[in-house]
Amino acid sequence: MDTGALVLRDALMRCIRAFFHERGFIEVETPIRLKTPCMELHIDAEPAGDHYLRTSPEIFHKQLLAAGHGRIFEIGKCFRQGEYGRLHHPEYTMLEWYRSHADYMDMLEETRLLVEAVAALRNRGFGEWTLLGISEAFREFAGWDPVAEYDADRFDIDLVEKVEPALGRIAGPVVLIDYPAEAAALSRRKPGNPLVAERWELYIDGIELANAYSELTDAREQRGRFEACADRRRELGKAVYPIDERFVEAVGRMPPSGGVAMGIDRLLMVLAGADSLDGLVAFRSPCDA
Amino acid sequence: MYNASDLKKGLKIEIDGDPCIITNFDFSKPGKGQAIYRCKIKNLVTGNQFEKSYRSGDKVNRCSLISREFTFSYIDGADYVFSDNETFEEARLNDELLGDLKYFIVDDMKVEILFHNERALDITLPNFVEMPIAETEPGARGDTANNVMKPAKLANGYELNVPIFINEGDIVRIDTRNGQYSDRVSKG
Repeated sequence: MDTGALVLRDALMRCIRAFFHERGFIEVETPIRLKTPCMELHIDAEPAGDHYLRTSPEIFHKQLLAAGHGRIFEIGKCFRQGEYGRLHHPEYTMLEWYRSHADYMDMLEETRLLVEAVAALRNRGFGEWTLLGISEAFREFAGWDPVAEYDADRFDIDLVEKVEPALGRIAGPVVLIDYPAEAAALSRRKPGNPLVAERWELYIDGIELANAYSELTDAREQRGRFEACADRRRELGKAVYPIDERFVEAVGRMPPSGGVAMGIDRLLMVLAGADSLDGLVAFRSPCDA
Repeated sequence: MYNASDLKKGLKIEIDGDPCIITNFDFSKPGKGQAIYRCKIKNLVTGNQFEKSYRSGDKVNRCSLISREFTFSYIDGADYVFSDNETFEEARLNDELLGDLKYFIVDDMKVEILFHNERALDITLPNFVEMPIAETEPGARGDTANNVMKPAKLANGYELNVPIFINEGDIVRIDTRNGQYSDRVSKG
């Protein structure tokens, strides 16, 4: 194992914690095993006895927002079944943070400051940031507009085969922004443009590092999205998780908020200039696939 | 059938009836999107290489390859005919598929033939074959220590380099894996 990678990871963790503490955030710990993983169409939770392992801490963080905690962050392992590859590991370290009375653009500004603080560890500036609407990016690199007419299969394949490789050729961080409403996940629709969801994803060197939302705060819509997702998962023969009623109720009570989830192992890759997680995640082996 | 999630480097699969091997594999999954299994694939019949992406839920045909022992029997036009000693089944491989290996096939040689369904795909010869040298310049004495080589020909026309002390009529051992001279078996 590369001891340099462990030293760099340690420095990165300290840098991230200092960044959030200076900005008045508190670090929280939330359950790792749970009965009701957050239901998303393409994310499968690892079963653990009569529980599941978390795929993200988000359902607890939103309950904390509803309880009045306005600046929270957590760094911890999350688990996703069947995800192993150059950029994937089935157990990986996630940084997730939320701020009340903030939207996805406020979160983008905070992310930019965080990435700059982290880049200083390596004396490596990442260069100019580029904001690219999903609609523009797809028209430019894939020849169609998923916001005008959404096609889920084509969206995923073209994103992987056409758009992401093109982003890798743009110097500096690239932010893909304003996703089709169909790919909103847990974000809110843009006020004044219901075709678009207030969601962005950050790429550096073509590697997807972070996902952010202006959080959905409409409990009815949240329940509707979970139910639609449950139906699709059932059709695909995937496990359907129970809906966490406390979470849905909290969504309706939480203030307008922004949240970001960032993959720490990939951030480490970008810092180290590596092209795979191999050597950066301790004890990683193909047997983990 | 394999599921897309079973795919990995080195796995043999069947596409449009042809046996193929995955030569490179990458798992991708865009944020919140579905898993995409990106493969580089080589067709084992034509040798063509191509890229293909599978999504979770896609099914991929398994490829059953069987290796069986045969004995060389005779040549029929461009076909080399082999037979199974127990069942007397015949297998035919044409000289194009055999390439240079055809020069090293001798009477009653035992070979391994790889089949996909009924189709012979590949052949493995014994690692060494003994053949007489048909043509070469007269041998020079004395210089057995240095690796000084000279051209030579087998009766079937195959050309190879042999040490300078080899004469016409000598029996030599040839490595069938690289087609090169290995050592001398006996003098002619």
